[in-house]
Amino acid sequence: MKAFSYERIDDAAQAAARAFEVPGSKFIAGGTNLLDLMKHEIEVPAHLIDINGTGLDDIVETDEGGLRIGALVSNTALGADERIRRDYPVLSRALFSGASSQLRNKASTGGNLLQRTRCPYFYDPAMPCNKREPGAGCAALDDGADTRQLGVIGTSDHCIATHPSDMAVALRVLDAEVETISPEGQTRRLTLDEFYPLPGDTPEVESALEPGEIITGVVLPAPVGGRQRYYKVRDRASYAFALVSVALVETDDGKGRVALGGVAPKPWRRDDADAELGNGAQAVMAKLLDGARPTEENAYKLTLAERTLAALLAKE
Amino acid sequence: MDFNQSADENLFDRARIIGKPHTRVDGALKVTGTAPYAYERHDVAENPLVGYPLGSSIAKGRITRMDATAARSAEGVVAVITALDIDELPRPESNVAKLFGGDIVEHYHQAIAVVIAGTLEQARAATRLIEVEYEETPGEFDLDDAWKRLQDRDVVSHVGDVDAAFERADVTLDEIYHTSSQSHAMMEPHATIADWCDGKNLTLWTSNQMIEWSRQGLATIFEMDPEHIRLESPYIGGGFGGKLWVRADAVLAALGSRETGRPVKVALPRPFIFNNATHRSGTVQRLRIAANKDGRITAFDHSAISHTLPGGSGEDAVNQTRCFYAGENRRVAHHAIDMNLPESADMRAPGEATGLAVLEIAMDEMAEKLGMDPVEFRILNDTQVNPEEPEKRYSDRHFVECLQKGAEVFGWSERNKTPGSRREGQWLIGQGMAGAYRGAPTLDSGARVHLQNGRLIVETDMTDIGTGSYTIIAQTAAETMGLEMSDVDVRLGNSAYPSASGSGGQMGAASSTAGVYAACVALQGEIEKRLGIESARFENGRVVAAGTDLALGEVANGEEIVGEDTLHFGDFKDELEIGTFAAHFVEVAVHAYTGETRLRRTLSVCDAGRILNPITARSQVLGGMTMATGAALTESLNIDTARGFFPNHDLAGYEIAVHADIPDQEVIFLDTQDGASAPLKAKGVGELGICGGAAAIANAMYNATGIRLRDYPMTLDRMLDRLPGA
Ligand SMILES: Cc1cc2nc3c(=O)[nH]c(=O)nc-3n(C[C@H](O)[C@H](O)[C@H](O)COP(=O)(O)OP(=O)(O)OC[C@H]3O[C@@H](n4cnc5c(N)ncnc54)[C@H](O)[C@@H]3O)c2cc1C
Ligand code: SF4
Repeated sequence: MKAFSYERIDDAAQAAARAFEVPGSKFIAGGTNLLDLMKHEIEVPAHLIDINGTGLDDIVETDEGGLRIGALVSNTALGADERIRRDYPVLSRALFSGASSQLRNKASTGGNLLQRTRCPYFYDPAMPCNKREPGAGCAALDDGADTRQLGVIGTSDHCIATHPSDMAVALRVLDAEVETISPEGQTRRLTLDEFYPLPGDTPEVESALEPGEIITGVVLPAPVGGRQRYYKVRDRASYAFALVSVALVETDDGKGRVALGGVAPKPWRRDDADAELGNGAQAVMAKLLDGARPTEENAYKLTLAERTLAALLAKE
Repeated sequence: MDFNQSADENLFDRARIIGKPHTRVDGALKVTGTAPYAYERHDVAENPLVGYPLGSSIAKGRITRMDATAARSAEGVVAVITALDIDELPRPESNVAKLFGGDIVEHYHQAIAVVIAGTLEQARAATRLIEVEYEETPGEFDLDDAWKRLQDRDVVSHVGDVDAAFERADVTLDEIYHTSSQSHAMMEPHATIADWCDGKNLTLWTSNQMIEWSRQGLATIFEMDPEHIRLESPYIGGGFGGKLWVRADAVLAALGSRETGRPVKVALPRPFIFNNATHRSGTVQRLRIAANKDGRITAFDHSAISHTLPGGSGEDAVNQTRCFYAGENRRVAHHAIDMNLPESADMRAPGEATGLAVLEIAMDEMAEKLGMDPVEFRILNDTQVNPEEPEKRYSDRHFVECLQKGAEVFGWSERNKTPGSRREGQWLIGQGMAGAYRGAPTLDSGARVHLQNGRLIVETDMTDIGTGSYTIIAQTAAETMGLEMSDVDVRLGNSAYPSASGSGGQMGAASSTAGVYAACVALQGEIEKRLGIESARFENGRVVAAGTDLALGEVANGEEIVGEDTLHFGDFKDELEIGTFAAHFVEVAVHAYTGETRLRRTLSVCDAGRILNPITARSQVLGGMTMATGAALTESLNIDTARGFFPNHDLAGYEIAVHADIPDQEVIFLDTQDGASAPLKAKGVGELGICGGAAAIANAMYNATGIRLRDYPMTLDRMLDRLPGA
């Protein structure tokens, strides 16, 4: 771990301004991802700004009938919130399928959105990785690499890593928006699609955030109702990242929405795939996974995604 | 004391304490976090410096340049030792991979430098400042390639005429199977504090299963008199064979202490557990079985390969096939292929765990081909002699009873016999079983006991790696001396104590308690001498003989009396086949759409001689079955076949079973005693549980789905295409 300086700032706008001002700044919330990465020197911030005192830890109702979730609301508090469990059960289920209870107690909403990939080569500083070191190359794309967990769609010739968050997949299916404040004090809202760029030839860029910009919260629109499910498939029964996960909102008229986790650099959803929901899992995946570029080792994810959705749609 | 013939009726047959369910004597220390583990021994090694290793980032080649200038001047750094600073250290025979020194790189994450600093963070940060240049040479990393290239395999043994038997047979099987490379993944990493400040006497507080072997190993490595080396390893957070020998933590801590004149501590970072330390090699296995229509096996032909660094022996998966089941003809061959992966070595039930994972699937397949019940098929092919050497009989083998008892308790007769036809909602339900065999070796073991004011202190270099050694040793001593458990203190894992078997090969329980028994008998002799009596009995805390009836606390007026002895196991054992046996029964659910596999219940019935303590023994079998579950379903050190290393080198990427994977497990011990094994008539159980368990799961999955998987781990991607879905 490289030596770093540390300060606490209890106002989001000031934190953003300060982060812009001090080179090499990073925010720290729960620290469950950032500290691990700092120990491996995958993240080497020169300055840490602790934002745990910013008071962004409420869940409040919005004028539009939705909810605004503060960036520091813990994954545990969010998943257990009565309103979330009643009106957005897919989100609650996604949260509780992630990590462990100890981690969820510390993990924040903002930090969860910005957690970094679990690509094994990203985690090994001796390996070339474009995400860690732009231009270094990608060990996962070389012959003989271990790619079973990696992405099948939305990837590029520079990076095939996935975004590992479960929460973000549910937020994507719920049309949530990320709310931020810039160093100049400007606020803006981004859909999750806008928030997460595709890797292209800059896999090191993992969000649309500008330097210093801080997440203040996530806004959920008014409840969409319907039957909401989150199915996370993994090798062991708990405490593992998804091989594939499916977030589903199914309304009584046979319409609905589907988002996938574990397959792409961002929670994966397409409107034209949603429109196929009445035609079954195969029709949905034909659209949703159109253009997929799996490796030999992870091509099973295409079948698995379809199977998982089929299991959710089956009336048994 | 010599153990030159099978034990007759003795005091352990009338046991008060042995065989009873005593909770662990060290349990309170463990659960309160006060058992001192190696890395925390600041009570004895004050204010140590911290060492952090740097691993090679190539698998094979040569280091052409190292520059540690920046690291040396980094904040808090006291010393940096690089591989180019010293000649290659000599290796004990037991170590295959290079330990440290010299420019040759044999495997990924071979230790090539250590930074010694004031804090862990300083040391770790400075390792990143060391510049290294390599000259890389291509290596061999792909076992499947090696299997394809392999022409003639070394035949280990050939009895009868296998080829003729296959020609004559009514029913035959011939299949190829794979097992994955696996990590011990013990909770406590390899860790050592070393004090070599005077450059003469080396003391190590370390985490090691085998104290005397390691002391001798260190003497070889550092070319010094073993008398100047002391090892302490009283508490060990798991080993599973990964801590049998000296590893980089001990070597680097010792070098660091010699260099700095301060105590130095080194724990291997988690990724080093996978690529720097040892692992169990994956295997490719071909298994052929021939049988007559009536179900009698006439031949086995089992060949396997595994990987090793040059000079090692790999994972011998064929050994149990030589002796487990009847059949006149058999041929087994194991080929250890030189490859440039990290060192493969012993892991819990080395050989049997992977061999039985395959043999017991093959037995299931064969039973199906014969139209027989797999339990009946195994009963029919039981043997009471080693089929390769029929004059060598099993000392005590109750495998058939394990099978029968298991079938009865599990409700085997009720099972659905048509694979893939029992469904509950979206889950396919299946049941399967497998047999298990594991040898029960013993090693000479010594101990010393001190009696003073009625308290007994037992000292032996035996280790407790979480197994319960402290408890069964206290039981043995209390039983022999007629004392209560509360009168006995047990001290383990110190090279100053008499040498015992250590923990490995499931030989610790039977061996070390025998040594303690011998020492207690020696103590009894000393007491008799002191009192001038003969043929004394030791009971209820008293010594009783003609004309004498004295509390042990009053024997020497507060003076200490010492007894010491070593139990030597005699050659007569070589004429017998001494083993442990089990039958596992498993119910699984496999998701009809996704292929997720979840255990529902397991039952293991074990025949392992006298069970010294049913609580600690049961834990061993539960743990073994849990590890078998990982081996069956999730555990795999994936190999990057171009770069030559295991990329999933942390506990997120290498998935061991978690609580949610383990349902109700039941263990039944048959009430058996094996007098040929040891004075206590006990054998080991530490490795029996992992044997056969993976195959029981495989067979249950087949029963659930009708899809036969022959490659471990049996992850969903191997069967997804063939599952029914709706
Ligand atoms: C063992 C383990 C298992 C896990 N399993 C799962 C799993 O199954 N599913 C899953 O979804 N997740 C899993 N996680 C990841 C976990 O959910 C994340 O680590 C956690 O959500 C991160 O939140 P945090 O508050 O601790 O973030 P931190 O570690 O504090 O920060 C993460 C990143 O976000 C930035 N950041 C934090 N807050 C803000 C903000 N308000 N504005 C701008 N930037 C910010 C930080 O600068 C940093 O770059 C696992 C983690 C571990 C360690
Ligand atoms: S896939 Fe992406 S994260 Fe993984 S090594 Fe390649 S560039 Fe790095």
